[in-house]
Amino acid sequence: MLLASCAGLNGFACKKPGQAEQRASGSSAGSNAITIGHYASMTGATAHFGQDTDKAARLAIEQLNAQGGVLGKQLELVTLDTRGDSAEAANAVTRLIDVEKVHAIIGEVASSLSLAGGRIAQRRSIPMVSPSSTNPKVTEVGDYIFRVCYIDPFQGKVMATFARDNLKFGKVALLKDVKNDYSIGLADSFRSAFEAAGGQIVVEQSYSAGDTDFSAQLTAIKGSGAQAIYVPGYYSEVGAIARTAERLGLKVPLMGGDGWDAPDLFKIGGSALNGSYFSNHFATDTATPRAQRFVADFKAKFGQEPTGLAALGYDAVLVLADAMKRAGSTDPRALRDALAATKNFEAVTGSITIDKDRNPQKSSVVLEIEDGKAKFVALVAP
Amino acid sequence: MSLSQLLQQILNGLSLGSIYALIALGYTMVYGILKLINFAHGEVFMVGAYAGYFAALGLGVDQAASGGGFPLHLAALALALAMGSAALLGMAIEYLAYRPVRNAPRLTPLITAIGVSLFLQNAALLAFSPNPRPYPPILRELRYEVGGVIVTNVKLAIFAVAIALMLLLRWFVQSTWTGKAMRAVATNVDAARLMGIDVNRIIRVTFAVGSALAAAGGILFGLDQIMINPSMGVLTGLKAFVAAVLGGIGNIQGAVVGGLLIGLAEQLTAGYISPDYRDAITFLILILILMLRPQGLFGLVRPEKV
Repeated sequence: MLLASCAGLNGFACKKPGQAEQRASGSSAGSNAITIGHYASMTGATAHFGQDTDKAARLAIEQLNAQGGVLGKQLELVTLDTRGDSAEAANAVTRLIDVEKVHAIIGEVASSLSLAGGRIAQRRSIPMVSPSSTNPKVTEVGDYIFRVCYIDPFQGKVMATFARDNLKFGKVALLKDVKNDYSIGLADSFRSAFEAAGGQIVVEQSYSAGDTDFSAQLTAIKGSGAQAIYVPGYYSEVGAIARTAERLGLKVPLMGGDGWDAPDLFKIGGSALNGSYFSNHFATDTATPRAQRFVADFKAKFGQEPTGLAALGYDAVLVLADAMKRAGSTDPRALRDALAATKNFEAVTGSITIDKDRNPQKSSVVLEIEDGKAKFVALVAP
Repeated sequence: MSLSQLLQQILNGLSLGSIYALIALGYTMVYGILKLINFAHGEVFMVGAYAGYFAALGLGVDQAASGGGFPLHLAALALALAMGSAALLGMAIEYLAYRPVRNAPRLTPLITAIGVSLFLQNAALLAFSPNPRPYPPILRELRYEVGGVIVTNVKLAIFAVAIALMLLLRWFVQSTWTGKAMRAVATNVDAARLMGIDVNRIIRVTFAVGSALAAAGGILFGLDQIMINPSMGVLTGLKAFVAAVLGGIGNIQGAVVGGLLIGLAEQLTAGYISPDYRDAITFLILILILMLRPQGLFGLVRPEKV
C-alpha cells in the first residue's frame, strides 16, 4: 500500500520529506476512514508550493482527527507528486480516483495544473477544492471544482490599484510567463485595471517557464522608462529575474502575485528583491485570532512560518471537512452541493462564502519585501 | 532602441555564446575522431555545473560570501575540481558505453549516446532532486558602467575563462605530442595505429578534454544564469550541438564561431523580435544550415579535424 502512493515511474516521486504516511493498512472505500487525495508539486521548480500546502493540509487533518474526525471516521490524506507538470497532474488525479479511491481531492496550487487535474475530477464527478489556483478558468471546468482563494481579475486589480494610488506610478512594464495560465491571466487583469486608472504599460515582455536567461527582456525594459515591472510569475524565475535586473543596473521595484510566496524566493533573489511588492492571501503579521492560532500551531509543528499558500492548504481541508459534516455523507453529489452552499465559514485566510461560480469573495494583502522578509503594507477589499 | 541597449544585448549574447562555444568544442572533438554525435555531452555539462556547485560549497563559499567574498584561488580550485570530475565522467562514459559498440554500425553508438544522456539526466534527478538551485556566489558581483552598458565581473570572468581555455586547447592540439596524435587519429585511425599511436588512449584523452571544457561551461553558465537544474543540459546541449554544426562539425574554430553566433542570434531575437522565439531561432539556423551549407561555415576548405 505504501508503494501505491508513489506517482510516476521515478523513485524520487516517492520522497515526502517530513511526512508521516497516515494510511491505515488495507483501507479502501467503504472502510472506516475518509480518504482525501492531494496532488501537488512536491518536487520541481515549484516544490515549495506543494510542500507548504501539504504540510498545512496534514496539520489540519491531524487536528480534525484529534477532535474525533469527520462523520465518526478518521480522515486520511494521500499525496501524489505532480513535479509541477500538467501531464503528471492529470495522471495523479486519475490515480487518486482509480487506485486510491479518494472521496474528495485537494489541489493544485498552479492554475495550469489545476486545470489539467480538474478536468479529470469533473469527468469522474469527484469534488475538488483547489487551495490556491487563482485563474478564473479553473472553476469554470465544471460544478465539481471549487476553490478557497480569490481569483486573478481581483488579484491583478489589487496590484494595479496599489501601484497607481499608493505608489503613484504612471509607467509600468509587464513581464509575464507565456507558458503559464496564471501569469497570463494576472498580466491581463493588471493591464486593464492599471490603464483604467490612468496608468500606462510602456513595454510588455515575456518568458517561458524553465527559461534561465532574462537579460534580453530586462535590457529592453531598461530603456523604456518604466517605474516598476509587474512580474506575475513563480518564485524560481522571479528570483532569477530580480538578480538579473540588479546586474543590469535596473533599479526599479518588481511587483507580483501570490506565485512569489515561497522562502526560496529570498534564497534566490536575495537583496535584489528589496523594495519589491506582491499581493498575497495572508500576512502572518496582521492575522485574526483564528489565523494566529494556525500560525502558532504551524510553527510548533514545522519550525517555520507558514506561507499564504500553506494557510490556503489548511483552509481547503477545513472547508472540505465542514461540507462533509453538513452533507452528512461522502457521497460525491451531496458533498458537491454542500461545498456550493458554504457560507460565512471562518477560515484562516478570512471568511469564506462560495458564490455561484464556486469562488469565494475575499480581500487581499499587499506585502513589501525587506531583507528576506515580506511585511504587510496594505489590505485591499474586493 | 538605443545604441547602449544594442551593445548590452550584444555583450550578453557573446557571453552566452562563449558558454555554448565551450560545450560545442566537446561535440566537435569527439565527432572529429569517432564520427559520433555524443548526445550525452549536454549531461556532462550539467554534471560539471553540479560538481562546481558542490565543490564551491565544500570549500566554504557560503561562509566566505558573508565575509569578504570567496577567494579567487578557491574559485579556481572549484573550477579545476569540476573540470576534473567531468573529465573522469567523460572517460567513464567512453569506456563503458561507447567502446563496446565502437565497431558496430554507426546508428548503434548514436542510440547508445541517447541512452547515456537519458540515464544521466534521470540519475541527476535522483541524486540532486529536480528542484532548481541558486548557484553559489563563487565571484562576488561587481558592476561597471561603460557608456550606458553594464559590464559585470561575471561577464568578464566568462570571457577570460573561455578565451584562456580555448587558447590552451589550441596550443594542446597544435603543439603537444598528444594533440598531434589526436589530429592523426582524426585524419585516419588505421594509419595512426600503424604509426604506433595508442588510439584508445587518444580517444580517452579527447573525451576527457571535451568533458572538462563542458564542465567549465557549466560553472560559467551557473554564474551567469543564476540557477541550475538537472535538465539544464538538454536544451543547452542541443544549442551547443547546433553551434558545432553551424561552424562545421569536426572543426575547432568553427565550434567557437558557431557558439558565439548562436548566442548572439538568440539574444538579439529575444531582445528585438520576441523572447518566445529565443529557442526557435537556434533550430531555424540548424535547418537553414543543413539545407544551404550542410558542411557548416568552415567546411569549404578541408577542415582541420581533431
